[in-house]
Amino acid sequence: MSILPPSPERIDHLVEGMTLLDPSAERGIVVSLPHPDDESFSSAGTMALASDAGVPVTYLCGTFGDMGRRMGSPFFANRESMRDVRERELADACTILGARYELLGMRDRMVEFEDPHEVATRIRAVLERLDPSTVITFYPGHAVHPDHDAMGLATHLAVAALPDPKPRLLAVAVGDREQLRAALGPQQVAVDIRTVRQRKLGALRAHRSQTEMMFQRWESERDDDEQMRAYREENLTVERFYRLNGVAIPLPR
Amino acid sequence: MGPIDPARVQKELDARLGRDVYLHLETTTGSYTALGPEKRTPVIAFVRNASIRYERGLVTGEGPYRVGLKLDSGWVYAQGLTDYTVTERDELLLAGHDEEGNLRVGLQLSLQPFRE
Repeated sequence: MSILPPSPERIDHLVEGMTLLDPSAERGIVVSLPHPDDESFSSAGTMALASDAGVPVTYLCGTFGDMGRRMGSPFFANRESMRDVRERELADACTILGARYELLGMRDRMVEFEDPHEVATRIRAVLERLDPSTVITFYPGHAVHPDHDAMGLATHLAVAALPDPKPRLLAVAVGDREQLRAALGPQQVAVDIRTVRQRKLGALRAHRSQTEMMFQRWESERDDDEQMRAYREENLTVERFYRLNGVAIPLPR
Repeated sequence: MGPIDPARVQKELDARLGRDVYLHLETTTGSYTALGPEKRTPVIAFVRNASIRYERGLVTGEGPYRVGLKLDSGWVYAQGLTDYTVTERDELLLAGHDEEGNLRVGLQLSLQPFRE
């Protein structure tokens, strides 16, 4: 099977009940996530559609991703070279997506141990400077990786502290789909990314140290199954988000 | 990085013997094991830039290798080490990789602090 199946002609079943967002009509987009590659997995299509229309897109990346365990396949990075390797990969991915990036420089895996209000203050300063109409982050408590949850929380706090009118805050949830549906219901916002799916794949490939293994699997169809394939095809067709403005998120203890 | 040559690694351990060295020690399953078919809990631990001094340090085994460092008042140990390199900053990096190139264990020693 080709790694890139033909685009489905209809997407109604994937976006039922959701508001379709047109990224090209935005004033600016900031994606606020902790690791190089989070932006490509979650929002590459949205970013590409916006930047193609001249909308400024910035990836605010919390860490260098330098505690990742994927070193390439076969490995070409090590713990100490990883920071530079991943920043180069991030720069390449952002070039493909037409985005710029800024790094907050936190230690990978340690975001949840920082003071969320301090992190929020730093994110808020970036948002005040860039004045985006939409901010994308992870759904706090529903994003699997503790860094994801912590960056989502800090971004939520940052947006809540902005004066009105606040940017639209969209959240990506990660994890078991059934569990997410049970906890959060369906997403409320969807972006049709069929015209830029190649770019999303290209951005993912640019994060070579992290995605090489995944692409090898896709291409060999090793450990492939129907559910996985459907999931992969959906994520190259639509990007779906929860609306986080006004949602009460408990602070961690 | 390349496969561990025990004689060379032993030389590198000896070169740092009795000196104040910075330690990076870690082991990881990766953060996403809970999403896999087996739904295993991620297990990750690391220490970065702890200052230690060892009076005895050996690499043992036939590969994958073990390294043990005897401190004034304690031990440092890692098992499953497969590869090593010495960086241009003179950091000794030892790592254990699985067949897909993922790091599973790391033990690193440097006279300068590792980048924070």
